[in-house]
Amino acid sequence: MATLALVALAGLAGGVLAGLFGVGGGIVYVPALALGLGLSQLDAEATSLLAILPTVLVGAASQHRYGNVRWRAGVIVGLAGVAGVQAGVLIALQLSDDALRRLFGALMVAVALQVAWRALRTAHNGSVGR
Amino acid sequence: MKGGGFRGDLGFPRGLQFVAIGIVAGLFSALFGVGGGIVAVPLLVFVAGLDLRSATATSLAAIGVIALAGTVSYAAHGRVDIGAAALVGLPGMAGALVGTALQQRISVRVLSLGFAALLAGVGIKLLV
Repeated sequence: MATLALVALAGLAGGVLAGLFGVGGGIVYVPALALGLGLSQLDAEATSLLAILPTVLVGAASQHRYGNVRWRAGVIVGLAGVAGVQAGVLIALQLSDDALRRLFGALMVAVALQVAWRALRTAHNGSVGR
Repeated sequence: MKGGGFRGDLGFPRGLQFVAIGIVAGLFSALFGVGGGIVAVPLLVFVAGLDLRSATATSLAAIGVIALAGTVSYAAHGRVDIGAAALVGLPGMAGALVGTALQQRISVRVLSLGFAALLAGVGIKLLV
């Protein structure tokens, strides 16, 4: 029960972070599902894609209201993305769960660097915030 | 929406740039179970020349299509746990409203560095 509450809380936190940093929330959901609920890495990643869907749709609608979405670009990127998805699923199904988990760990470190870099860059040119 | 004159333009027609960005983002998304914004946002900024805020918003719209395609493909292989997805995804939807509103109002610099540290910590735990 406590675990379920923690995982739900991680979902809430993931959504806030998604809106703040422009990520889909999956980078938080996958470890929450794998470490919190004990799903295999592959199942956690597959489930995360469904979990991010409502978050992404709400986020995109909010961004649309702020006038930030370039719809032509978004639609082209999304439709081309469907082809990439088929390749990604095939690769993920071939890899061992251990390899997939390590790859994901490396991705988390890379994302951490990207988020930190963005924050420091923003601070330098002072275009956003203070 | 002409082909030339944008910062970061590599000389390809913009439509083709967006197609290439989509393929890379979709592959990333399915392989890692994330939206693909991690690669789509920097590519939209540095290749297609969008500003950061537009790139972030545009990638969210694209990820809606990409995540749906990934869910359908993995569900066909019996890999999607719908109950678990609801457990994290529905609170996440509420959180996204808060996060997007906050992004318009506050400086997220300190928060970003904290988030980066958290991600790096869990990532290293998964790596070793």
